[in-house]
Amino acid sequence: MKKILEGSHAIAEAVRLVKPEVISAYPITPQTHIVERLAEMVADGDLDSEYICVESEFSALSACLGASAAGSRVYSATSSQGLLFMAEVCFNVAGMRQPVVMSIANRAVSAPLSIWNDQQDSICLRDSGWIQLYAEDVQETLDLHLIAYRVAEDHKVLLPVFVCFDGFIISHTYEPVDIPDEKDVKAYLPAYVPVNKLDADDPLSMGMYATPEYYMEFRYENDQAMTRSLDVFKQAGKEFKDLFGRDYSELIEEYRLSDAKIAIIAMGSVCGTIKDAIDVMRAQGREVGLLKIRAYRPFPAEDIKKALSGIKKIGVLEKNISLGSRMKGAVGLEIKDALDDSSVSVLSYVAGLGGRDIRIEDVIKMTDAIEAGNGDCFFGLREELI
Amino acid sequence: MADRSLELEDCGHRACGGCGPALAARLILKGAGERSIICASTGCMEVFSTPYPQTAWKVPWIHSLFQNTAAVASGVEAALKRQGRDEHVLCICGDGATFDIGVLCISGAFERGHNITYICYDNEAYMNTGIQRSGATPFDANTTTSPAGKLSHGNSRPKKDMPQILAAHGAPYVATCSIAYPNDIIRKVERAVKTDGPCYIQIHTPCCTGWGFDGAKTIELGKLAIETGLWVNFEIVNGKTEKVKKVKRKPVEEYLRAQKRFAHLFKPSVNTEEIAKIQAIADANAEKYGIDLKI
Amino acid sequence: MALRIGCASAPGKARENKTGSWRVFRPVFDHDKCTSCGMCQLVCPEGCVLTDNDEFNPDYDFCKGCGLCAEECPADAITMETEEK
Repeated sequence: MKKILEGSHAIAEAVRLVKPEVISAYPITPQTHIVERLAEMVADGDLDSEYICVESEFSALSACLGASAAGSRVYSATSSQGLLFMAEVCFNVAGMRQPVVMSIANRAVSAPLSIWNDQQDSICLRDSGWIQLYAEDVQETLDLHLIAYRVAEDHKVLLPVFVCFDGFIISHTYEPVDIPDEKDVKAYLPAYVPVNKLDADDPLSMGMYATPEYYMEFRYENDQAMTRSLDVFKQAGKEFKDLFGRDYSELIEEYRLSDAKIAIIAMGSVCGTIKDAIDVMRAQGREVGLLKIRAYRPFPAEDIKKALSGIKKIGVLEKNISLGSRMKGAVGLEIKDALDDSSVSVLSYVAGLGGRDIRIEDVIKMTDAIEAGNGDCFFGLREELI
Repeated sequence: MADRSLELEDCGHRACGGCGPALAARLILKGAGERSIICASTGCMEVFSTPYPQTAWKVPWIHSLFQNTAAVASGVEAALKRQGRDEHVLCICGDGATFDIGVLCISGAFERGHNITYICYDNEAYMNTGIQRSGATPFDANTTTSPAGKLSHGNSRPKKDMPQILAAHGAPYVATCSIAYPNDIIRKVERAVKTDGPCYIQIHTPCCTGWGFDGAKTIELGKLAIETGLWVNFEIVNGKTEKVKKVKRKPVEEYLRAQKRFAHLFKPSVNTEEIAKIQAIADANAEKYGIDLKI
Repeated sequence: MALRIGCASAPGKARENKTGSWRVFRPVFDHDKCTSCGMCQLVCPEGCVLTDNDEFNPDYDFCKGCGLCAEECPADAITMETEEK
């Protein structure tokens, strides 16, 4: 069914469709519209979930962990400071292999305080063991939530997932979206079957500690599961396409890339702007293309290498800053590692931090810089202030 | 009635000989029964009972972090409710996890009214990390972070009153007990798990290693704490204090002398001024709870 | 042995750890003095005092020799003796 919905409400529809038994969240801008809508659904009986209205993000994710360990499908959502407050629990949930799915309305982190968008919050949790998916528009955000549960709960994976989307730009924007049928979603996403479960009829100790004789193997197994999730995602994406018609069978997406001499790489909503900029540049005869990254963890390095083969000039638009890093952006480093080719120029452009607009003309200027070989820098600074 | 022969804590755990918390774990499980799910915090009990894969727990048990046990339990309880299941959800946490780092999560869980029983085994310091002071450490106790010295008599602050804090949350049942009276623990835990809503039990669990006494004396120490008025066993039912254990009080010195953590109060000479302050704490307890037997 | 996902384990494995080897003193139970009150069993932090037809005995595989049972026995039926190894 097609509807015009605010991004947050489209996400709430996705959550209604996956029917989590327990929802636990704490309000933070710009995530609030999601949890408000879910609370309404529960209050009206449209969603049969236990909604735990917690006193902090730290408890929100901890309660999700407990409910998941008791065998329930769970959901949470947060942003920025909230995600950082959850950080310790994030690592724990992944290590305990609980398939929690959490929406991240990407927002800058303090200080200075900013409620506006960049992707620093989820990027900070890079090594926490969560799968990280990034959506470009409202439809993809909705769809990735359904796929996220499929991947998370797959017994070859059993890892938690962040579904990331840009705060305000996606969360507060109205777009036409196709809301899948309930019965199709039921066919696509069967009931969660836990491997480990708190159950008095079959007692189990969960979250024990590991001595040096065991610890490394548990971490190894976590990493293996992350690697396995690459194929599980592709399969889940393929089946999604068969049922719903939209194609998510790859963890990357190409736009006018196959014959490009210059590649721009980005994640999230800015990909839409970049596509428009590419159309403008293509009309001027410039051979530019986009590589959109849908999954930052696991990082689809092999797919990226294949997609970029033959391209010598690459620029990564980064909505994050790894302070003190020479390259500055966290995505660029991964691209360099994926290509492992010193004849290719890979440059980072830190842009759009704290909600700074990225316009078509900015992307064109960035392309000029990529072509000239100038990068690994902040892009779009107000020179008069520094 | 609880089945007192039920053993749900297995042999082979790594607690010190004479460990108060290890005894408390056995007694808690007798009171709670087989249909229990235990949520644990990081701490001594978690470490001595669950090195992978040698768990000592025969009931479902989960450990997440140091400070989030009450929140994890909130989630477990919500899931059970949604699934229509009948198990009791209990938290078993040390005093550091309860009095200090976990207060946010505990306060939230109690305010939300989850049907859980939160049990604090109170050995009055961070024992797992090597005897550092917590908000539960008594006045003048020597710990590694409140050492007695030329300018210090040990811990400079009195013990935080957690039972009253949780009673003020509107908890239907709050109780204190001690390993010195095993049947009292079993009875109170049984009552708590049968009470709807968030209940709190604080168990005095003397720690021979942390307090400095012979492990054979664990129960004797627990009794002395009660007999001197430095620990009071009571129940608060729907905000009303009931069933206070009455005693013929002994001077606090008898309790203090039996432990190395207070040895500085007797060396090189008896520090009557500091001991008088501790006696005043016991006197205030006696007054507040009416523990003195009328003779 | 393959690891169980999420560092989880079913009950029963703690018993592989025979804590009786820690013992310095050994509780010896005098069954003539014993009144079968069960105090030793109730207060044992290990839960390793076993009963067989009202006869109480420590499980020396696990008894750490803390002496709490001997201290609390109302009939003074338990004595602690130096362990001979």
